[in-house]
Amino acid sequence: MAVTSFLKRRSADLVSWLQAGPMMLVFVLFFLLPLAFVIMVSFWDYNEYEMIPTLTTRGYTETFEGCIAQMPELCTILKTYLKTLKLCFLVWLLTLLIGFTVAYFLAFHVQSKTWQIALSLICTIPFWTSNVIRMIAWIPLLGRNGLVNQGLISAGVIKQPLEWLLFSEFAVVLALVHLFTFFMVVPIFNSMIRIDKRLIEAAYDAGATGWQTLWNVIIPLAKPGMVIGSIFVITIVMGDFVTIGVMGGQQIAAAGKIIEVRLNALQFPAAAANAVILLGVTFLIIASLSRLVDVRKEL
Amino acid sequence: MATTAALELVHLSKRYGAVTAVDAIDLKIPAGTYCCLLGPSGCGKTSTLRMIAGHEAASDGDIVLGNVNVTDLPPAKRGTAMMFQSYALFPHLSVIDNVAFALKMRGVAKAERHGKALKLLELVAMADYAGRLPAQLSGGQQQRVALARALITEPQILLLDEPLSALDPFLRVRMRAELKKLQRELGISFIHVTHGQEEAMALADLVVLMNGGRIEQQGSPREVFNQPRTEFVARFIGGHNVVSVAGAKLAVRADRLGLRRPGIEIAGPMIAGTVTEVEYQGTFVQVSVAAGQGQDLVAQVAEAEFDAAPHAVGASVVATWDPALAHPLG
Repeated sequence: MAVTSFLKRRSADLVSWLQAGPMMLVFVLFFLLPLAFVIMVSFWDYNEYEMIPTLTTRGYTETFEGCIAQMPELCTILKTYLKTLKLCFLVWLLTLLIGFTVAYFLAFHVQSKTWQIALSLICTIPFWTSNVIRMIAWIPLLGRNGLVNQGLISAGVIKQPLEWLLFSEFAVVLALVHLFTFFMVVPIFNSMIRIDKRLIEAAYDAGATGWQTLWNVIIPLAKPGMVIGSIFVITIVMGDFVTIGVMGGQQIAAAGKIIEVRLNALQFPAAAANAVILLGVTFLIIASLSRLVDVRKEL
Repeated sequence: MATTAALELVHLSKRYGAVTAVDAIDLKIPAGTYCCLLGPSGCGKTSTLRMIAGHEAASDGDIVLGNVNVTDLPPAKRGTAMMFQSYALFPHLSVIDNVAFALKMRGVAKAERHGKALKLLELVAMADYAGRLPAQLSGGQQQRVALARALITEPQILLLDEPLSALDPFLRVRMRAELKKLQRELGISFIHVTHGQEEAMALADLVVLMNGGRIEQQGSPREVFNQPRTEFVARFIGGHNVVSVAGAKLAVRADRLGLRRPGIEIAGPMIAGTVTEVEYQGTFVQVSVAAGQGQDLVAQVAEAEFDAAPHAVGASVVATWDPALAHPLG
């Protein structure tokens, strides 16, 4: 008896391992292993044309070079991270506000399933073309002689074309918000659609105003979706260098941009060290966000 | 603890487009009454309750509570409180915060609202669970919390939307008794929507039987059971046979229908038929009889009486009753 039940349990274990196996393999091969390599390389030495596999912290020390000497002035790397965090915060705040509003509208104001699906699909329109085309498309709109400037001038609002519309932080934030609001809408909508409509009635019955219901019932219950959306947006924006590069006219330094520059200079250990730093910073943000809510409950 | 007031519905209607859910009903519910709105699904009972609660706008007519016309007031200003079907407890709030929710919305300080919530939790014997989340409670416990939450605003009338339907049969009977006890203690009116006639008979001071958006009959459970006004009432309330004698329809209670063997002389009305089913129910035996022309009769025969003269499935019988105890239907 004991033996058969032991065997049964063993075979049940085996089945579970087999089921989890493929995903685990992909995860190990294409995530854990490369990550281990990156961490390893970040501690290697390098010269102009090759990596030297000896243990050194040169990649890190060079990155933070002069940070202590220049105090209280901020060194380049800290300035760059501050700028990246600022962009990230702005994009996060705007996508959260817009995403929450859109999701709220879809979940509570649109009554028919068909319309909910149709409107959700409309939200995916930014993804119908490639990122490059999308960014180029901003130029005729926001450029010196673009539609916005021409419109404002002919309306008499401004005399000179606005210079900060394109190749600026404004343009970067605009493009990123345009792109990533959808990543907020989906998880927040998913959380909201699960809210029992009777809860809103119960709040109304208890005398709650619309804002009180929003604050005391809807936001707490939509929080998991808000956190998941935030994780999507923050991880993407923190590592972005293409959109920031193009929309910023290659003038804005960002954490992802440093890695790109190092890679172009074939300084792989330095690039790896910067990647590890970026990973650490992003991980800290995500970890503090995850403390707000039990994400596993949502999956 | 709370004050109570009479409720009056005047020509109250609810239309959804071309469909009339509630058709100009008039109803007076005296203060401190346990009233059950009873009827099959789609009869308009829930729409009526939701209009009284203020969660549905009345298309026509008035709702008067005490001497205030509350027809156009929001729920919280009416002096009503609603206990929702499957309770609608806030899943992210602890039991005590759920109960204190309405006070929080009014800006009552935390210590005060928690003090009051705890008193209500004691009333429903749930004070020990104050810190739990709704998901950690059983169905019966959730219901008590929902009751406490509805009562915290000291409503004059408590509205209950199928409060017992989410419970298993055993718990249903127990919570039924607790609801009745609570209503007696609080002295306020309860309006309870149900489709179970047994539940309505057990609880109500006033049964309001609805059908097709209209009130079919209202009265005490005894009145409704013993003097059903229409065939619909007699059939819905159960325990009755509807028989046609000389073109007139009569309701005869199943326990007052006698079964005789053919050939025995009977003075009085009679219908011949065949036994189709014999069900032993403990104190009585339920005998179903097919009497031809689609007429099905049910007789509840006391156990001892059945044992003295048993009827087998397939046997011919003659059903009879005392004409004085038959109730003519309108």
